Amino acid sequence: MQAFISLDGLVMPLDRANVDTDAIIPKQFLKSIKRTGYGPFLFDEWRYLDVGDVGMDCSQRPLNPDFVMNQARYQGASILLSRDNFGCGSSREHAPWALLDAGFRCVIAPSFADIFYNNCFKNGILPIVVAHEHLDTLFADCFANEAYQLSIDLAAQTLKTPSGDVLSFSVDDFRKHCLLHGLDDIGLTLQQQDAISTYEAKRKQEAPWLFS
Amino acid sequence: MAKTLFDKVWDQHIVSTNDDGSILLYIDRHLIHEVTSPQAFDGLRMANRQPWRCDAAMATPDHNVPTTQRDQGISDPVSRTQVQALDQNCQEFGIREFDMHDIRQGIVHVVGPEQGLILPGMTVVCGDSHTSTHGAFSALAMGIGTSEVEHVLATQCLIQKKPKTMRITVNNTLSDACSGKDIALYIIAQIGTAGGTGYTLEFAGKAITDLSMEGRMSLCNMAIEAGARSGLVAVDQTTLDYIVGRPFSPTGENLKQANAAWSQLHSDPDAVFDCEYSFDAQAISPQVTWGTSPEMGVGVDGSIPLLSQAKDDVQRESWKSALTYMGLSQGTPIQDIQIDSVFIGSCTNSRIEDLRAASKVVKGKQVASNIKQALIVSGSGLIKQQAEAEGLDVIFKEAGFEWREPGCSMCLAMNADRLAEGERCASTSNRNFEGRQGKGGRTHLVSPAIAAAAAIAGHFTDIR
Repeated sequence: MQAFISLDGLVMPLDRANVDTDAIIPKQFLKSIKRTGYGPFLFDEWRYLDVGDVGMDCSQRPLNPDFVMNQARYQGASILLSRDNFGCGSSREHAPWALLDAGFRCVIAPSFADIFYNNCFKNGILPIVVAHEHLDTLFADCFANEAYQLSIDLAAQTLKTPSGDVLSFSVDDFRKHCLLHGLDDIGLTLQQQDAISTYEAKRKQEAPWLFS
Repeated sequence: MAKTLFDKVWDQHIVSTNDDGSILLYIDRHLIHEVTSPQAFDGLRMANRQPWRCDAAMATPDHNVPTTQRDQGISDPVSRTQVQALDQNCQEFGIREFDMHDIRQGIVHVVGPEQGLILPGMTVVCGDSHTSTHGAFSALAMGIGTSEVEHVLATQCLIQKKPKTMRITVNNTLSDACSGKDIALYIIAQIGTAGGTGYTLEFAGKAITDLSMEGRMSLCNMAIEAGARSGLVAVDQTTLDYIVGRPFSPTGENLKQANAAWSQLHSDPDAVFDCEYSFDAQAISPQVTWGTSPEMGVGVDGSIPLLSQAKDDVQRESWKSALTYMGLSQGTPIQDIQIDSVFIGSCTNSRIEDLRAASKVVKGKQVASNIKQALIVSGSGLIKQQAEAEGLDVIFKEAGFEWREPGCSMCLAMNADRLAEGERCASTSNRNFEGRQGKGGRTHLVSPAIAAAAAIAGHFTDIR
């Protein structure tokens, strides 16, 4: 996993609540057995006017000019700004894979769905929860200013705006540690294999029906 | 100290506690399907790791499988590759699989309980958000992403932070015209799709304990639509009766010992929850969603709300955008909405009780002439077989329904079953998101009885 230490990035505003993972990456693209290649299909149904399918050359497809991702000023954005309950619905990890593949390393919203939030950390994406009062200002400033950038420092847990305002955010220590160092948590868990074996042996005595 | 049902199951599965308070949670059962597992198996191979405990896993292909002409295989080469990858991975790593040609194949959340592979007090995971279904058995069951699928395969554990607890009590007796599905949709309409975020739910009260296991599974299935990864129902005689005699259920001395342990799986009388809601079952009428989020629902006897009734501007914008997508106007009575298509199936509503409820409404009647397609998709090969033994297939076919092979089908339209642009569907599935059943498709979530009644009438209708 790619480590996340800090990020100075262009912000793309997606001004709606309840952005679900079906919208982030529609089902037909879940047929792939790879972890990469989903970027061109990110937000497919909002982004293109035709019906997308696996293996399409997206450079030839008709773009929806009204969708924020197709506006010139947001090209190259690496921070996505959205509203409540971002990432709700399906557990598909293809959603963070698609965001990452399209260049997004950070999503800012007032709340996230649990599974999506967790999936982000497994893929080097930092989800940041900000309070509603700050969110409205971020949206307003982002719409008002071209090339609107934010500076994120994970170690300090801060988000800095172009005007110099600094917002702090919270993140679990363990998740932060893994993200800062790009750690694979399977390896960490396997360091506890004796504890897992001990637990299993005990449970086989207590609840043998779980092991038949 | 008094414990909630959740606390009891959680505490029994703690392998170790980390410095930051997170724990290593042991996983008893791992359900696997073809869509969210191939990258996890690849990860194992790349790191040269073996599954920790193969007998804890069960796999079956469901999302991509065709519901017609199955003997001819899968015509879409990309879908075929994914299903073949599951077959190969299960073979390579020694994981139990019910493949596409096995009578036991079906939707993973239907097959697990049906085979007796889901038992009370278990921890259950699957790379699928509707894993919450298994909370009906007092199993702590949750959806996970593919990285965690790999983590569970490799370690039989997950790193978890303890969620908060919420009890939702539904008092009194539910109308005969309503089901577990209507309770689920009603609760989501009340607390919202993020109402349960960060919580494990427990459903309690007379209306819940009156439900069959099928009804409880429909209800817990949709806990995720309220934002909760898991929803639980306490063990009672209904639970125990369901489990006995299934292929992988315990027997003899094992069952006796298990029964004693399972009888403890309820919240202690003075247990404290972080949040509590209470609803009256008498206030619940058959539910119909009108928008593009499961929380946008009302009773079948109601109307689409007015934009002026939204609680704030963000909700008003969401409603406006939903109505545009759905091609509907504020204030329209639900029963004035004409439909084009009917889908009865999905991990929410494809069990034998669901098919029986729909067949009762349909018997001796005809699907309305404006209905372009009406599908019945069983949750498993065994359910399809059971329904055929009861003659339900004949009732449906005579009425004009198509009788299909088991799978996820039009719930998410990964196979060939999908809505065309603008088509409106009464669906017993769980999500009405934009494009869920096909780009531009319009989904109304309902119970099997309401879907069946809508097929006959050509529009939504009150079955009471």
